[in-house]
Amino acid sequence: MTRPFPFSALVGQQEMKTAMLLTAVDPGIGGVLVFGDRGTGKSTAVRALAALLPPITVVAGSLTNAESPERLAEWERQGGDLREVPTPVVDLPLGATEDRVLGALDIERALTRGEKAFEPGLLARANRGYLYIDEVNLLEDHLVDLLLDVAQSGENVIEREGLSVRHDARFVLVGSGNPEEGELRPQLLDRFGLSVEVGSPTDMEERIEVIRRRVAYETDPEGFVAAWAPRDLAIREAILAARARLTATEMPDAALRDCAQLCVTLGSDGLRGELTLMRAARAKAAYDGASAVARDHIRAIAPMALGHRLRRDPLDEAGSSARVARAVEDVLA
Amino acid sequence: MKDEPGEVWVAGQLAATLLTIDPARLGGMHLRARVGPARTAFLDALPPDLAAAPRIAPGIADETLYGGTDIAASLAAGRKITADGVLARGGALTLTSAERTGPGLAARLALALDAGAVGPLLILDEGTEDERAPERLIERAAFACDLDGLRPETMAEIALSSAERDAARARLCDVTLPDDALTTLVSTAAALGIDSLRAPLFATAAARAHAALSGRNSVTSDDLEIAVSLVFAHRATRLPSEEPDEETSDPPPDPETTDDGDSDPAEGDTIPQEMLIEAVRAMLPAGLLAQRRARKANAPSGAGQGARRRGAQRGRPLPARPGTPSATARIDVVATLRAAAPWQGLRRAADPDRPGLIIRKSDLRLRRFQDRSERLVIFCVDASGSAAMARLAEAKGAVELMLAEAYSRRDRVALVTFRGEGAEVSLPPTRSLVQAKRRLAGLPGGGGTPLAAGLRAVHALAERARRAGQSPALALLTDGRANVALPGGSGRAQAMADAEAMAGHLRACGLDGVVIDTGARPRPELETLAGRMDLGYLALPRADAAAMKRGVDAALGV
Repeated sequence: MTRPFPFSALVGQQEMKTAMLLTAVDPGIGGVLVFGDRGTGKSTAVRALAALLPPITVVAGSLTNAESPERLAEWERQGGDLREVPTPVVDLPLGATEDRVLGALDIERALTRGEKAFEPGLLARANRGYLYIDEVNLLEDHLVDLLLDVAQSGENVIEREGLSVRHDARFVLVGSGNPEEGELRPQLLDRFGLSVEVGSPTDMEERIEVIRRRVAYETDPEGFVAAWAPRDLAIREAILAARARLTATEMPDAALRDCAQLCVTLGSDGLRGELTLMRAARAKAAYDGASAVARDHIRAIAPMALGHRLRRDPLDEAGSSARVARAVEDVLA
Repeated sequence: MKDEPGEVWVAGQLAATLLTIDPARLGGMHLRARVGPARTAFLDALPPDLAAAPRIAPGIADETLYGGTDIAASLAAGRKITADGVLARGGALTLTSAERTGPGLAARLALALDAGAVGPLLILDEGTEDERAPERLIERAAFACDLDGLRPETMAEIALSSAERDAARARLCDVTLPDDALTTLVSTAAALGIDSLRAPLFATAAARAHAALSGRNSVTSDDLEIAVSLVFAHRATRLPSEEPDEETSDPPPDPETTDDGDSDPAEGDTIPQEMLIEAVRAMLPAGLLAQRRARKANAPSGAGQGARRRGAQRGRPLPARPGTPSATARIDVVATLRAAAPWQGLRRAADPDRPGLIIRKSDLRLRRFQDRSERLVIFCVDASGSAAMARLAEAKGAVELMLAEAYSRRDRVALVTFRGEGAEVSLPPTRSLVQAKRRLAGLPGGGGTPLAAGLRAVHALAERARRAGQSPALALLTDGRANVALPGGSGRAQAMADAEAMAGHLRACGLDGVVIDTGARPRPELETLAGRMDLGYLALPRADAAAMKRGVDAALGV
């Protein structure tokens, strides 16, 4: 495998980059949905982000990336030293079977040795990392249901074929897709913390720069990555600093009121909109180095935190981003 | 514009040669041709690396693709025996019958191509009309070649020894690409209305490969010309000289920006963009752009084949059956053990040293589920005459209302309109509200009533839906005054006779559905016609969208 394209070398696509960085600052935001045309660098960005993130500490040999021996699932081999591994990014391919996603009975051991053993799936591998679903809108419904369930509880519970096991499965969902190929079920849509739309850059200089960097990368991947390494490192340090600052970042009452007022104005369902908006605004403030959340942070985050939560009105022609922008102007005037 | 059949052939073979020189960056080639002497001759003439590529078919199982347990061998040996997958071996691949590739396989191949695990990919597309290989794969292949209408005797050979190819490959990493060439490629792509940034990237790779092949160490305007004609021609959606079409709501980079880029002093004057545009123009058959624009408007070709409801994944459980497990079929462990249990004594006696249970392939039992298949509701709307506008508006409203519920119902919706001389599929099968609204805006109305043509279009759609594992249903909205016959016939009587004949064909399809009579006065002919198709009949002289949807819902038993 060649080294991924450096995150800092991605041209433009500011919204997408911001959204991804914020989930790195606060994984609790709950994932990013990237909708857009083909060839706009969606998958490149996810892989780049993973390469950029600081390594995590895991128990060596743990199949669920447990951070300490206490957090190992009971069916795992116990013991083992701690070591550092890169943040896992697991691809969930379309058409993956339930067994591969959730894990299943280890058929080989069941049939040859008569043992009841668990063979972990993709969700175990994605624990404490990223689960990337390309073409998430084409994912089969029953898989979507399973994912929703696990993403919400942070735990994967398997009760089938005589197995009864559970393990941690806390991951950041990153989905990408093209809305023209089919829409996402509103239930899943709502479960993504942030959603951004990307398009091909229309500025000629920007397009040329994209190709220029890509050609440079493909001609000499090692050299290109090395040249951008300092900038990638700066972003990584900014993420780490923001994580450290996150809990200390204040959330003034006025900001909370703004969040609530925005959601009420837009009529978003449930309270998940407020919660995400708050968390994302706080992560943004922490990343910007501010000590408290200000209106500017909320203003910057609102479109990506709320755009996908609006009730869909089949007869409304205006896009949801326009509606959010209008509400932001009204409320935060 | 292009008319020399030999040129297509030479371009295709040149593209294939470039592909072997820089397989990692060029991705692959989309070869559209029916099975026949031309395709055979083309494949025979390919460079050996490509011609010998392993072939995979759209039905390939995950085990074959990624590698996995070889069930038969494992059971015989009593331990796990794994087989290597096609993707693990890497290298060139040929995808046959690519037009039947489902989104799952397309996604996996795209992933493997992106990761550089395999490549190049030769996509053999045997589709007719609007059947096409998934866009996701075509997009990742630098080149395309359409052998339609070529005869093998028109072909010339590109004689190139493997030593020459090796030399070119060795030279490739030294080939430099001047920055102004890069700029020109990007602005040319924009001028041709190509949105994706993969295209200019492929063009740079193709130009470098061609320079290496020609024994140059730097890309020249010749290389650019070749690269542009091979990579951009089949992606172009407009030529700069044409008026930008007014229907695109958000035009990709407008001509002004292109011109700015062109007059940029940083750009060399050695390679005028016009020359490259000419090169592309030379590769374009007349009328292709209009077609392509239309396809772009239709957008997704892959989505139509949608999620087939497989019997082994979900739904109500059925008794287990013997079979071989695959990506889509799971072993029912308990049933398998139950099937193997009675034989353990005998098998143990025959093979006393083997530990554990002795299970043979014939013992394997698979889980099965029953699930309702996805339904395609085809609205067939009479857009003729004076009442057309109102009726169309109501049908559009009903389609949108149904789509708004499509999630809970797992339905797809398509719209066929007929008027004047014929019928057209105004909305290809879709679940996407975004797409539907875009397509439904501004459908024309007026003219005669070619009912038979409409029914024929429905028949074609229904057949295709059935092949994709969906169950088609029909809602026909008309006032029943068929007055235009199928091509070849004429007269009102012939028109009605044609419609009745088509109705007979449709009955053979076994469609569910309803005929809605929108005429001011209900007509017995239409009720007869509904009877012929075995459909319900409903007279709704002044139906609004909601009433119409209620009628359709009731008729389809929702």
